[in-house]
Amino acid sequence: MDVYIDLLKESIPLLLEGLGLTMELSVISLILAMVIGLLCCLMNISHNVVLRTVSQWYINIIRGTPLLVQAFFIYFGVTGVLGVSMSAFTAGVIALCLNAGGYLSEIFRGGIQAVPKGQMEAGRSLGLSKAKTMWKIIIPQAVRICIPSVVNQCCITIKDTSIISVIGLSELTMAGKIIIARTYQSFAVWIFVGVIYFVVIYVITKLAKVLERKLSLDDKS
Amino acid sequence: MTIKAKITNLHKYFGDNQVLKGMDLEVEEGEVICIIGPSGSGKSTFLRCVNRLEEPTDGTIIVDGHDITDKKADIDKIREDIGMVFQSFELFPHMSVKENIMLGPVETKRMTKEQAAAKAEELLTRVGLLDKIDAMPNSLSGGQKQRVAIARALAMNPDIMLFDEPTSALDPEMVGEVLAVMKTLAESGMTMMVVTHEMGFAREVADRVIFVDGGYIVEQGSPEEVFDHPQNPRTIAFLEQVL
Repeated sequence: MDVYIDLLKESIPLLLEGLGLTMELSVISLILAMVIGLLCCLMNISHNVVLRTVSQWYINIIRGTPLLVQAFFIYFGVTGVLGVSMSAFTAGVIALCLNAGGYLSEIFRGGIQAVPKGQMEAGRSLGLSKAKTMWKIIIPQAVRICIPSVVNQCCITIKDTSIISVIGLSELTMAGKIIIARTYQSFAVWIFVGVIYFVVIYVITKLAKVLERKLSLDDKS
Repeated sequence: MTIKAKITNLHKYFGDNQVLKGMDLEVEEGEVICIIGPSGSGKSTFLRCVNRLEEPTDGTIIVDGHDITDKKADIDKIREDIGMVFQSFELFPHMSVKENIMLGPVETKRMTKEQAAAKAEELLTRVGLLDKIDAMPNSLSGGQKQRVAIARALAMNPDIMLFDEPTSALDPEMVGEVLAVMKTLAESGMTMMVVTHEMGFAREVADRVIFVDGGYIVEQGSPEEVFDHPQNPRTIAFLEQVL
């Protein structure tokens, strides 16, 4: 047992450093993914065929290819062809936000379409424009509907950062690999790494539950 | 008498399905028109064309001097003067009762927030729900929701009110409270078009009853004429079933 405690003490600084990078990668990617997702969703429900086709094919490609391939393509493929240099971190953020953005846009679209059609009609019949009705009436309700799925996507993206270790970012998973290379303690170190991911995600889902309850429209009295 | 709404030769297709087959109607100021008829007859579609929630395929609709079928018409502006009450209430569930009522007047810049708040209080008093001003819609009963929905439509000071089966989604014991509000509204001189299955209400409150079947206005007249002395066999058959 003492061996493991010593190992943990020894590994913690590096693991926390890795966690820091994982969180940085996750937070930046997810914020960008929300923006991409919202834009892509609005394109997808617009009446403009070109906008709709573009966003649908973007989603098809994201859904149809593995994140690992997307990351390799951006880090090695795109930089090679364009002759630009890109840090592994930048490439990781781009891959993750494009990936999560595609999925989020479908989640947002589902949320908007789940708001009853009569809500749009009620807004319009008060003389509000379509955009205003969308913004004041549809989106606030869609957000509430989306929360569980968005939280789910956030958890997936946080875990997907581990895939980005393949392009040489020393995030949490990579930190684990480095420690194992030094100590040969596969069993214990992967447990440490797993527990850290688990705790982060567990805390986030609990916080999301609080938010969900706060925004709930059910009668609280 | 001024004409509030004039509907001429109204046709509506959904795909290949022709729902309205040429309907004409003139609504006078202050008139209460009840539209009755079997389900699927086109009566709701007819009403929904009047504020262009449905695009008419052909024909013209003039409301308060504005041709709403004109593609260039500023429909948002015109709709500010046409109140609509839906079968399923359609209150905005993320806003309190007060915010529901204030939204229209404030967002269309008809009123300041203070004016709209005062208006909300006045209207809620009128529909008997002032104590629910800060309640959320989901905590209200169906009848209360529909009374709030009526107040919300009235907050815009509309020239005409459209009711699309306002009591059809209600439990029987709540129908009365909504009809009572509508009756007071009718007595106050509001121009109203009401699609309804409440024959008692139509008989008591309507100035004119319109019987719609198969996409046509089959018969119309005063409640006495339509209910007591119907001429058309389809009207007779329908009334036999519902009365």
